[in-house]
Amino acid sequence: MSEEFKVEIVNPEKSFLVKDDVTEVVVPAFEGEMGILKDHISIISFLKPGIIKILSRSGNENYYVEDGIVEFKNNNLSILTSTIVNLADMDKSKQQILLKEAEEEANKTDISDQSKYLADQKVEVLKTLN
Amino acid sequence: MASLDDLKKRIASVKSTQKITKAMKMVAAAKLRRAQESAEKGRPYSEKMNNVILNLSNGISDKENAPKLLSGTGQEKNHLCVVMTSDRGLCGGFNSNIIKKAKSYFVKILDEGKELKIITVGSKGNDQLKRVYGNKIIENISFKESKNANYFDADKVGKMVIEKFEAGEFDVCTIFYNQFKNVITQIPQAQQIIPLNNEGEKNSSDESYEFEPDEDEILNNLLPKNISTQIFKAMLENSASEQGSRMSAMDNATRNAGEMVDKLTIEYNRSRQAAITKELIEIISGAESL
Repeated sequence: MSEEFKVEIVNPEKSFLVKDDVTEVVVPAFEGEMGILKDHISIISFLKPGIIKILSRSGNENYYVEDGIVEFKNNNLSILTSTIVNLADMDKSKQQILLKEAEEEANKTDISDQSKYLADQKVEVLKTLN
Repeated sequence: MASLDDLKKRIASVKSTQKITKAMKMVAAAKLRRAQESAEKGRPYSEKMNNVILNLSNGISDKENAPKLLSGTGQEKNHLCVVMTSDRGLCGGFNSNIIKKAKSYFVKILDEGKELKIITVGSKGNDQLKRVYGNKIIENISFKESKNANYFDADKVGKMVIEKFEAGEFDVCTIFYNQFKNVITQIPQAQQIIPLNNEGEKNSSDESYEFEPDEDEILNNLLPKNISTQIFKAMLENSASEQGSRMSAMDNATRNAGEMVDKLTIEYNRSRQAAITKELIEIISGAESL
């Protein structure tokens, strides 16, 4: 029980995942990937498109997220996100759909630099999944 | 007195109405369960979001330069009201309760000489408000196509609100919706979402957070999302309330129809009896006169 902490992922529709035997979580924070271990300092940050890696006693899991907020406090990690997909459930066709959407968004010319950057990120991450 | 035939027809018609209301009640009950579930499931997200924002706004160092979405524009001249109602009727006092609440707010705003703008979500609200406040309604959104409240729709409304805020069209934004308490009680709510009203719920924890990137940037990203989240929460509460309200309204209607059928049946039997008695008297007096 020493090195474990609790992680909770919620999206607007429901509580997506709750796990309390997690040893490490790697989140794609806005300024680079961030690994979180037990007794990390309280932190709030937000996510860019990427992969959340959850390492736990009961196995490792990977999730694809497009945006979100992480809050870590008292060994409770909360991840709030509006789009999340378990990589285990991600098949080729689903990935292609997401990739196509992201590419369309990235090719728009009338968007701000920041949303353009985020869209590019999405494309990049989705491509590496292949 | 209505003839026997008329009574018969009326009984049949009330009975068929009763069938419809009964069916609607059962449909509403089934939908209610789902809506209630999703309202409950949606709560953690908005609560957590609120918490994070609370922590952030407490930790913010430079209150003067706080994002406008949090601290407001510094004046309270233009008010935007987002009135959220249902797209369908036959749900008791559900819509009129929201409208009543909204109208009293409108009167207050206008009495104070402030500008009022209205966005209606759901066609029923628009129908009721356009007679009196038709010129104030700047937008009418309806999600008739979507079966359940979903975040995508809420995000659309949220983005629109933020766009208008950034264009300087209003200073204060309030949303009106029904909060679901239980099947028979729904409480109409007026919630101010811009600027965010955190008074009175100061966070007890004075723990300091590390922010990455800095507070301002996180807040700037978070606040628009919070608007959408609050609207989504309102939509979920609303849809649960709508079904609950419809269920109790239809339950009442079914019961009333039952009572009416009973009353009409007694009346029908009485007049049938009276007719038989009358015929008997006629026959007997006819036979006597022979």
